[in-house]
Amino acid sequence: MTKQNIIELKDIFVSFGEEKVLDGLNLDIKDKEFITLLGPSGCGKTTTLRIIAGFLDADAGEVVFEDKNINGVPSYKRQVNTIFQRYALFPHLNVYENVAFGLRVKKLKEKEIKEIVTEMLHLVNLDGFEKRSISTLSGGQQQRVAIARAIANKPKVLLLDEPLAALDLKLRKDMQKELRRIQRQLGITFVFVTHDQEEALTMSDRVVVMNKGKIQQIGTPQDIYNEPENAFVADFIGESNILDGIMRDDFVAEFSGHVFDCLDKGFDKNENVDVVVRPEDVDIVPADKGMLKGTVTSVDFLGVHYEIIVDIGGFKWMIQTTDECFVGDNVGLFIEPDAIHIMKKSEYSGLYGDYSTYSEEMEHLSDITEDDDE
Amino acid sequence: MNKKSFGSRIVAAPYMVWAAIFIVVPLLIMAYFAFTDGSGNFTVDNFMQIARFKKAFALSIIYAVIATIITLLLAYPMAYYMTKLKISSQRMVMMLIMLPMWMNFLIRTYSWITILANTGLINKFLGLFGIGPLQLINTPGAVILGMVYDFIPYMILPIYTAMSKIDNSLLEAASDLGSNSWSRIRRVIMPLSLPGVISGITMVFVPSISTFYISQKLGGNKDMLIGDAIEYLFNTGPQYYNVASTLSLILMVMILVCTLIMNRFGDDEEVVV
Repeated sequence: MTKQNIIELKDIFVSFGEEKVLDGLNLDIKDKEFITLLGPSGCGKTTTLRIIAGFLDADAGEVVFEDKNINGVPSYKRQVNTIFQRYALFPHLNVYENVAFGLRVKKLKEKEIKEIVTEMLHLVNLDGFEKRSISTLSGGQQQRVAIARAIANKPKVLLLDEPLAALDLKLRKDMQKELRRIQRQLGITFVFVTHDQEEALTMSDRVVVMNKGKIQQIGTPQDIYNEPENAFVADFIGESNILDGIMRDDFVAEFSGHVFDCLDKGFDKNENVDVVVRPEDVDIVPADKGMLKGTVTSVDFLGVHYEIIVDIGGFKWMIQTTDECFVGDNVGLFIEPDAIHIMKKSEYSGLYGDYSTYSEEMEHLSDITEDDDE
Repeated sequence: MNKKSFGSRIVAAPYMVWAAIFIVVPLLIMAYFAFTDGSGNFTVDNFMQIARFKKAFALSIIYAVIATIITLLLAYPMAYYMTKLKISSQRMVMMLIMLPMWMNFLIRTYSWITILANTGLINKFLGLFGIGPLQLINTPGAVILGMVYDFIPYMILPIYTAMSKIDNSLLEAASDLGSNSWSRIRRVIMPLSLPGVISGITMVFVPSISTFYISQKLGGNKDMLIGDAIEYLFNTGPQYYNVASTLSLILMVMILVCTLIMNRFGDDEEVVV
């Protein structure tokens, strides 16, 4: 992409007391893109958003908007608008007045205000809701009012702070499409914050994976999923088998006691690396035809496929397959070269092991969902 | 859902009995006196006599309105300031505001005499510079000062409570939509703190309009307020009980009407604005 940067964050540091929330963050946001900040609770994604909005000043670093430094410019003078996690609609105003809020502050003429509010409510499919009080609206409708209120000001950048977290699954899916449609239709930059990796992958032009106040990887959803930069990204986005390996040579990797052909190069000879193999990229074959051999220890039927755990020399692999297997079967694994992704060793190496503690990991994920505050 | 459980009736019983004996019965007695003459015959003559107390009624209303306005003007910024403090400081300030209420209100009023008197603290201090003595006590200003001083906690508390309930994200949202701090106060804080203002006004206006002690001690009995008139009549003798009851009844109806208007005003604001 050769689009111009609309926002640049340069070396941003933020601490709350002892705790480092943003640790030297650098991020360029391009004009008209849909960019998502993705990470677990406490990774600094909401803080990043608040710095762009102007609700928070960085301890150090520079916020640049359209090539101008806007450090210290108060939020009411910035050409960005925010959609808040719990919508923050004004309870004393009806739907019309909520959407009209920013326009009244700008002292637009009543006729203009009416035109814009009507247009915005139409855009979010809330025609005829003008006189309704906020408290009579469902969560999804409140969400739409919040969107209409923010875009009525024609911001250059719209910041969305986990806007879908409070909605149920079906509504969330609908709103994902809706937001995407609105973003394309209006052609404004969306900066979207979420801890939901699926949401990030479906909606975004680019995803920024964050952890511990640092950016782990920036890329298209495909890049992030197929070419994770380190074990954290590989683990956070989708399911992965992450193994210790050694690069014997360009295009040759050894792990689990077997030498594989792969498509990665540029590592030192015999460099220790992390190897990622996605569960859906492994084929189950008869034991004597496999590159690796192991025993099935668990089988879950998930509808489209089975999710099975195979113990190979003590390392538990997760494999998604449409072939039916049974616990106790001896099976072989066949892995194509393009299914193997090699990563440099990082501070996250070894933190994400195999699937022997699978159930605990699920609990950990549900923790994140509940605790969406930062 | 009209039927209340047996349990909740039992729990409420002691207060219901209390309310019946000490609120309902006295009200009935008052109404009885208001509509009878000295020998217990029904009459509306008492209502004819209230014209004599026009001035007292008028003064009470004027003083109460002025005191309420001053209280509101002092309390509103104070409450706003309090919500901006750290939580621990908020508690501290709240304590300081409540502290005078630990002392009896008569004593607090009395202490103003020693401050405002011609030989009081202020005049002594001014005397050092050869100024005065100024006539501070026994003036309408002193009465209103007494009212403001005694009743201001009842204004600060409800406003502060209403303001601290306003979610900070609403203020951020307003700022996000282009509101500077004055615009945030006008468009978000004021309308959302209105219920607190309404109850504050009620809680200051009602005791102000019916007060009797403050005006006697700080106003020097020059201008009689309606509360003083009622007290005077009751103290003078049983022959004045009927008129005194009538005045009380009228005062109560006035307060009731004012409260209803205030509440209606508050309800409307929330829906219409």
